[in-house]
This record gives sequence, C-alpha cells and structure tokens, in this order.
Amino acid sequence: MTEGGIFPAIFGTTLVTLLSTLVAAPLGIGCAIYLNEYAADNIYTRLIRASIRNLAGVPSIVYGLFGVAIFVQWMGMGTSVLAAGCTLGLLTLPSVITTTEEALRNVPRLTREGAFALGATKWETVRTVVLPSAVPGILTGVILALSRAAGETAPILFTGVAFYTRYLPGSVFDTFMALPYHLYVLSTQHHAIEEIRPLAYATALTLILLVFLLNLTAFWVRSKYSNKYHMP
Amino acid sequence: MDHSKIDIQHLNLFFADKQVLKNISLRIPAGKITALIGPSGCGKSTLLRSLNRMHDLSPQARLTGKVMLDNVNILHGNTNVVNLRRKVGMVFQKPNPFPKSIFDNIAYGLKINDLCSKQELPERVESSLRDSFLWEEVKDDLDKSALELSGGQQQRLCIARAIAVAPEVILMDEPCSALDPISTAKVEELMLRLREKYTLLIVTHNMQQAQRVADYTAFMYLGELIEFGETEQVFGAPGQELTRNYVEGHFG
Repeated sequence: MTEGGIFPAIFGTTLVTLLSTLVAAPLGIGCAIYLNEYAADNIYTRLIRASIRNLAGVPSIVYGLFGVAIFVQWMGMGTSVLAAGCTLGLLTLPSVITTTEEALRNVPRLTREGAFALGATKWETVRTVVLPSAVPGILTGVILALSRAAGETAPILFTGVAFYTRYLPGSVFDTFMALPYHLYVLSTQHHAIEEIRPLAYATALTLILLVFLLNLTAFWVRSKYSNKYHMP
Repeated sequence: MDHSKIDIQHLNLFFADKQVLKNISLRIPAGKITALIGPSGCGKSTLLRSLNRMHDLSPQARLTGKVMLDNVNILHGNTNVVNLRRKVGMVFQKPNPFPKSIFDNIAYGLKINDLCSKQELPERVESSLRDSFLWEEVKDDLDKSALELSGGQQQRLCIARAIAVAPEVILMDEPCSALDPISTAKVEELMLRLREKYTLLIVTHNMQQAQRVADYTAFMYLGELIEFGETEQVFGAPGQELTRNYVEGHFG
C-alpha cells in the first residue's frame, strides 16, 4: 500500500478521466447543439433544460449508486474503468451541456445570418460558422468538467476503483487505482495513519497539481483560440 | 422604365397577428441601384429580407403575395432557398465577417456551394477582393483574422464575400450605418461600381446617400409603399404630400 509509488493511481485517474470525457463530450455537445439550434422553444425543451440544470446539482454519491445499478449490474460492465468512466461521464454531462449551450448562444445572430445569406443550410451554418466560433467556450467547459471528474471519489467508489492493485489496468474491464480514493484510504483506512501522513499529503498535492494542470490547459486553449480568430 | 429584375406583387407580411407589410407592389429595375427610404419601423428592412427569404428563420413570419425574380415566384413553397440566396446576396447593417481568415471569409460561399475547384479558389478570392477595392489593403494579410480589419474594411469584406458567389442581385441593409464618413464614401463608390454588373437594392436612413447613389427611390411609410420613381423625381417633385414632408425633413 505504501510501497511502489503512486503511479498506478495517477495512471488510473488519467485513464478514467479521459474515458469520462469520451462519454460526456460528444453526448453533451451534441445535446447542446440540438437544444440550442434545432429544438423548438416549447414547454418540453424548457422542461428538459430545467432537468439538466437540476442534474448538475445532484450529489455525486447518487451518481455513484446510479452507476452501480446501470453500468456495473444492468449493462454487465462489472466494477471496471469503463463503468467508472461512464459514471463520471454522466456526472459531468449536465455541465458540459450547459456550458456548450451558453457558448452557442453567444454566437451572434448576425454571424449566422451571414452564412444563411450565402446559401448555407442550417447544418452547414452550425458546422462551419457557429461551432468554430463557440470552440473556446466549449473547450473550456469540457476541460473544467474533466478536472472536476478527476477529483471525484464517490462516483468511482462502487463502480471501479480498487483499494490496491499490483498491476495497471490491462483493459477497460479491469479495476484501477485513483488518486482521490487513494488519498481517502491513506488518510482513514491505514493501520498506521500517523506514520504515513506525509504520503497522504503528497498524494493530495499530486491530485491538486493534476487538476491545476488541467485548468491551466483550459486557460491556455481559450487564450490561444481567442488570439487567433477572435477580437482581441 | 427599365427592364425589371424583381417584381413584387401584392406582398403582405405578418409577424404573428401584426401586419408589417401592406400590399406592396414594386418593380425593381435590373442593373440599377434602387434605394428604399422611410422612417424607422416602416418595413423597409423587412421588405428587403423578404427578397432572399430571410424570414424563413422566424417561424412567426407569414407572407402572402408574389415576389417574382426573373418571372419565377420565389415565395413558392418549392423554391430552392439555397439557390435563391446564392442569386440574391445580402450585406447587413453591421459588418458580420466570420471569425475566420480574410481568405476563408471570401472563399466561404464558394466552398459551401461548390462553385469552383480548390485550385481556382485563390483566383476567385482575389478578383472578389479587387472588385470591392480591398485587395491592395489586404493582399499581404489574407491569413489574418477578418476581425482585425477596421469597420469599413470589414464591411467591404462582407461585400466581397457576397459578390464572390456571383449573385445577380445584392441587397444592402443600411450598409453604412455603422461606418465613418470616409468608409461610407468608399462603400458608396463601390456601390456605383457594382451597378455595372449587379442589381442593387439598398435600405438607407440617409437621404443624401439615396440621392448620391440611387437611380430609383421607393418611399415607405407604416408598412405601405407610398411612392416609387426616379430618384430626382422622388426628391425634387414628389407626387405625394407624405413623401414631400419626409424628404424635406418634416418628420422621420
């Protein structure tokens, strides 16, 4: 437990975070495009929007239990990187949808009309003008959601994280170690907690650095795109 | 009377229950500049946007009557709107370049409509920029973002973007309202040049502008077409009391 470093935990957290992005980004961006560009503004879409806002506020442990029921048991993924990644993906989905929708809404009507006036169809306008204009906002939202996923413990607790593994996950159906859970174990579950405090603190620092790095990437991506084709 | 390019017949337009255009009939002469003047809210922009079916974007808008472009009714349900908008280009009130490079802005309409091969693109982009007097100013910066241009340059870029797809008609919705006098003068010079190739229809608030560039002028008031004729006649010897009061500046 205290030997051999925390590389497996760093690896596990990175892997599960990437998987959650693969789930949340396409689904969330697609959903936001539909809601903002295609769906009629009626009672149903308003209801859906309100539900998405509410989902963003659901405690993460609820997502964890939902993940156990749906991914681990019903879909038969077992406790695995895949199940945990899907659960984290669901957790971040609402915020990806909301930030993407916000970014799409901020694309001026006049810019869209410019494309329509040149003979672009609805989808061509969305694909070639609206989405590229909204990229900085969308990417920032996705990366911030990702950094939140990296720090979550509750959703992976029952869906895939392991107390201790001797090997790195060889496939997405293996269990894995993750930084937040490793920290929890080191701080509460060890027989000599006082002695391994430094290890726990180091794990905490590593997790914070990882999240900080992700946020920094978000910041960098945003400024890079802003400089390129947006008003200074 | 010159040969007409667009023939508007008994056009009515409603937004929900509100009637915005009332029984408009107007023939827009080919190869000329026609100005639409009138006080704010009289429906001139609305009329302009009917001619390339921009109202399709507002579900509440409903049109009746006919708009004949070269003797084809473009309001008919099975009109190919994409083709129509390629034939009837539009320049907006505020410059609205895409957040792309100058080159990509001009190439946009060509690419989306598959109008030319990739090899031909640079040539077409250059000729559109030359036609809009922008080439000399931007030829070394084609990869720069269009948003870095000045307001006047952006508006000429939007005109270049519109003419790149070789339209037959160009609609301009108060194209100079956001520009300074020098940029305005350049755009007006450009309009006069474009008249050689295209039919232009221009909405303007500026009566001096209408007199400087337009061959024909239509005066609208509260959704109705009050008077239409040669610019000198509309401003010099208007046939209607209302027109006289407006062009003499008694209201508006």
